[in-house]
Amino acid sequence: MKRNIPHEIEPLKALQEFTSARIAIGRVGTSIPLKQSLEFKLAHAHARDAVYSELNSGKLTNSLKHFEQPILHLHSQVTDRRQYLQRPDLGRKLNEASLNELNGYSIESDVAIMIVDGLSATAVNENTIGLLDALIPLLVADSLKLAPISLVEQGRVAIGDDIGYGLKAKLSLILIGERPGLSAADSLGAYLTYNPKPGLTDESRNCVSNIRPKGLTYKKAAKKIFYLINEAFKRKLSGVELKDNAGLIAEG
Amino acid sequence: MYRHNIHHRVYKFPDLKTLLGKASPYRSGDELAGLCAGGYEERVAAQITLADVPLKNFLNEAVIPYEDDEITRLIIDDHDKAAFSHIGHLTVGELRDWLLSDETDCAILTTIAPGLTPEMVAAVSKLMRNQDLIAMANKCQVVTRFRNTIGLKGHFSTRLQPNHPTDDPRGVAASIIDGLLFGSGDAVIGINPATDSPAAVSSLLTLMDELRHRFDIPTQTCVLSHITTTLQLVNEGAPVDLCFQSIAGTEKANASFGVNLSLIEEAYQATLSLKRGTVGNNVMYFETGQGSALSANANFCVDQQTCEVRAYAVARKFNPLLVNTVVGFIGPEYLYDGKQIIRAALEDHFCGKLLGLPMGVDVCYTNHAEADQDDMDNLLTLLGVAGCNFVMGIPGSDDIMLNYQSTSFHDALYLRKVLGLKPAPEFEGWLIKQGIVDDKGYMLPVREHGLLKGF
Repeated sequence: MKRNIPHEIEPLKALQEFTSARIAIGRVGTSIPLKQSLEFKLAHAHARDAVYSELNSGKLTNSLKHFEQPILHLHSQVTDRRQYLQRPDLGRKLNEASLNELNGYSIESDVAIMIVDGLSATAVNENTIGLLDALIPLLVADSLKLAPISLVEQGRVAIGDDIGYGLKAKLSLILIGERPGLSAADSLGAYLTYNPKPGLTDESRNCVSNIRPKGLTYKKAAKKIFYLINEAFKRKLSGVELKDNAGLIAEG
Repeated sequence: MYRHNIHHRVYKFPDLKTLLGKASPYRSGDELAGLCAGGYEERVAAQITLADVPLKNFLNEAVIPYEDDEITRLIIDDHDKAAFSHIGHLTVGELRDWLLSDETDCAILTTIAPGLTPEMVAAVSKLMRNQDLIAMANKCQVVTRFRNTIGLKGHFSTRLQPNHPTDDPRGVAASIIDGLLFGSGDAVIGINPATDSPAAVSSLLTLMDELRHRFDIPTQTCVLSHITTTLQLVNEGAPVDLCFQSIAGTEKANASFGVNLSLIEEAYQATLSLKRGTVGNNVMYFETGQGSALSANANFCVDQQTCEVRAYAVARKFNPLLVNTVVGFIGPEYLYDGKQIIRAALEDHFCGKLLGLPMGVDVCYTNHAEADQDDMDNLLTLLGVAGCNFVMGIPGSDDIMLNYQSTSFHDALYLRKVLGLKPAPEFEGWLIKQGIVDDKGYMLPVREHGLLKGF
């Protein structure tokens, strides 16, 4: 079948150099041409699939072994994805079995790493190990003591407060799947909180966003996170104040 | 205490705000807040009970105390008793029937609008089906003016939204030109800036102002920065057409946005003093959205739709050019799916129009909501029938800065075509003169248009 290719968009094409917005896509009648319409649909499909993706615990556990840390399998109070999407409050709290599990591991440490599915387990499955391969050697070389690594299902960022507090860690580092966009469904976010305890809000965290091979690379992200961790320990705080005081943090 | 019996079951509602919450059509945000009815029967029992509440009760029972909240004080202190006297004898249910009757026309609705409080309007909307919300909104006509005329019957406008993740001027300009060549931008050309720094906002304002001058475009421009940034820029002489601010329905929620009524008043007066409008003097642009009060932990056990309509009390004090409910942006914990987003949008549009506001809707969703383009097509079409003043125009529906999906340039063309709607008259004249559309409103092929030169 010969497609009715909109022939009039050429003069506009030159504008595409300046933005990744969907400009100069032509029209058939007043509608979006089929090719562009299906491209959009595919991007949305990737985002939707990412929202409903699940943590690949088996594979992650295997890959985490070479860091030689105990691995905890934890779960929020959310029962399924439908509830997860509607009840962010439940995604911020550990269920009872998970709280009990933490009790066996509360030995003081510096950094507790938590791997949380968030809104894209795909992002976590694909990008966590690469990031940790770059980051953990930096932490170890700096003589920071690591807590057991947690794998958390149906979790939100603030669940790291419960976990970090339970593990008696000085700082919690949450690696979580970010809300998928049309341009990327695999962005990993890293949130760090100094002195984690239940009841903190977002002002007390720092975030490094868009971690993925085509976004902020593992090496760059690890450097940035390591810098933030060092600053947090130096100043004994994290969040808005840490950001305000250090112009460097904004740099990619 | 309000009560109703169904068979042998007694439903009791201790106060008006509880009754309003339980009478609300189901949505996830009210469930999250613990305010919605426990089941279908209780919801209808609440609606039946609400139908019998006299409108006068709303003047004596504030959902948030007068002493605690400046928006309640605004609602009560500015209430127009003369306008209310036309409807003061009615119950909520009688108001619904009176509104829908053929005798109640646009002129009458305009007369009584200052006598309605947001809570009365929220209450009556809860008794209405989507069809009622559409039919009623269609009766209202709210016309506003700055450099063109927005909201006339048979006309439908768009905000051209040329956002860019780093505010790159060339990236923004490319989207603006693409949009103008699709006939978008008569409500406003409005950028959500990636950064709120006054210097960055100022350079975007200058860019748009130069473009508007060069091509003599009869529209207005806006950078949707925080109101304090805009105020500073007005005082520094930057080319500010419209003053933007996000607002909510409680004093505490507005405080979380860093605003209050006196700050908005100050910015309103400052923007008015610039006298940049040519055909009118509506200089404010407000955005709202159900769920904002709850998300700021500032809803005081008032359901999210009632909180939303209270925000319209703030808007109407400042004679805005545009009020935009950004309905699906907030996420599925407040509006879970296409059905809830569509219902909320129709409620907001109706309630705003009834209160006399120039309502537009950001027909939109995020990727974690149970919604897609089909839901947005439905909503856009319904809003067109309801007489919505404007929607957004975004390249290919995909906002690459805010990471959500809204309506495309094409969507507006579709709606104008199927419903026979036209852009704002002044802007339509410009589109014809520029050879972008013909005199019947059909798009002409893009040639080497002047807008493309100098890029």
